[in-house]
Amino acid sequence: MVDATTPLWEVFIRSRNGLAHKHAGSLHAADATLALQAARDLYTRRGEGLSLWVVPSSAITASDPADKGMMFEPTASKIYRHPTFYEVPEEVGHM
Amino acid sequence: MATTSITVCETPLVRYLLRRADDALILGHRLSEWCGHAPTMEEEMALANMGLDLIGQARSLYTYAAEVEGEGHCEDDFAYLRGERSYGNLLLVEQPNGDFARTMARQLVYSAFIHPYWRALMASPDATLSAIAAKAEKESAYHVRHCAEWLIRLGDGTRESHARAQAAVDHLWPFTGELFEADADEKGLVAEGVVPDPESLRGAWMQTVSAVLAEATLALPPNGWMQKGGREGRHSEHLGPLLTELQYLQRTFPGATW
Repeated sequence: MVDATTPLWEVFIRSRNGLAHKHAGSLHAADATLALQAARDLYTRRGEGLSLWVVPSSAITASDPADKGMMFEPTASKIYRHPTFYEVPEEVGHM
Repeated sequence: MATTSITVCETPLVRYLLRRADDALILGHRLSEWCGHAPTMEEEMALANMGLDLIGQARSLYTYAAEVEGEGHCEDDFAYLRGERSYGNLLLVEQPNGDFARTMARQLVYSAFIHPYWRALMASPDATLSAIAAKAEKESAYHVRHCAEWLIRLGDGTRESHARAQAAVDHLWPFTGELFEADADEKGLVAEGVVPDPESLRGAWMQTVSAVLAEATLALPPNGWMQKGGREGRHSEHLGPLLTELQYLQRTFPGATW
């Protein structure tokens, strides 16, 4: 009932020294502006971040946990695809 | 047995600091009354956050007042051991929370004034005042935005939310005149360039408030008679019970520590 007027949004935060927005939680809000404010009030109280994204939960398509085997196990044994056979020099930094 | 209230050695600057601190403390306390009662969890956090911002500002101002007064008082003495006749807060901030619309309207009309006021105070030659203002300015910027967004949605909302929002604005309007008052002591500080003249912020305040009301499809109340007296310690019937709750522990258990 509540979800019709105040749908669910997912919150992603990029921290001070982070590179990517990480999922932090969810909240209910009537629209995008209020969702952003609510995310700031709920999820950045302890200096967690510098950047916020809010996304309607309905916009997210998630993989089915039951399909885990089919989706992800075949790649585990294909080691020729993994980038782990050379050492990255320290000077290069993050790749 | 009641604890005796402290006597404050008031110079113009001490009086000024206590009034601004009282504004912040009383309004912060009002917001804290929403704890556990907010309409949604998101607003629960937002109201508490805004309340904490204000109480933090009060603490900074009281602490500075204690330093300037130089009588060995501390922030707690000012907050908990003064009676309502000594409190110099605006009548606006002691008004009861009412419904959510009234709380948002009260917060908006206060914040729309205090935000440009803090910004102007950042230019004060008094380094402590300037630092307090710099921190408070960012906090109050968010308060303006938060409450403006809500008032717009309530005003331009359902018939009920519109009626409640209009009633809130109409009820609080007579308390807005006091925002721009400055007595002779404060005008002295203005002349010395220590603090801005509150009247000089009227234009910015009216611009913000009228823009929000227009987008909220709410009518701007006509300017009529304005309530006053808070600055001189002549308060409405609401401050007494508020201070009774706020000061209960300190008055009942004098000198309590934990």
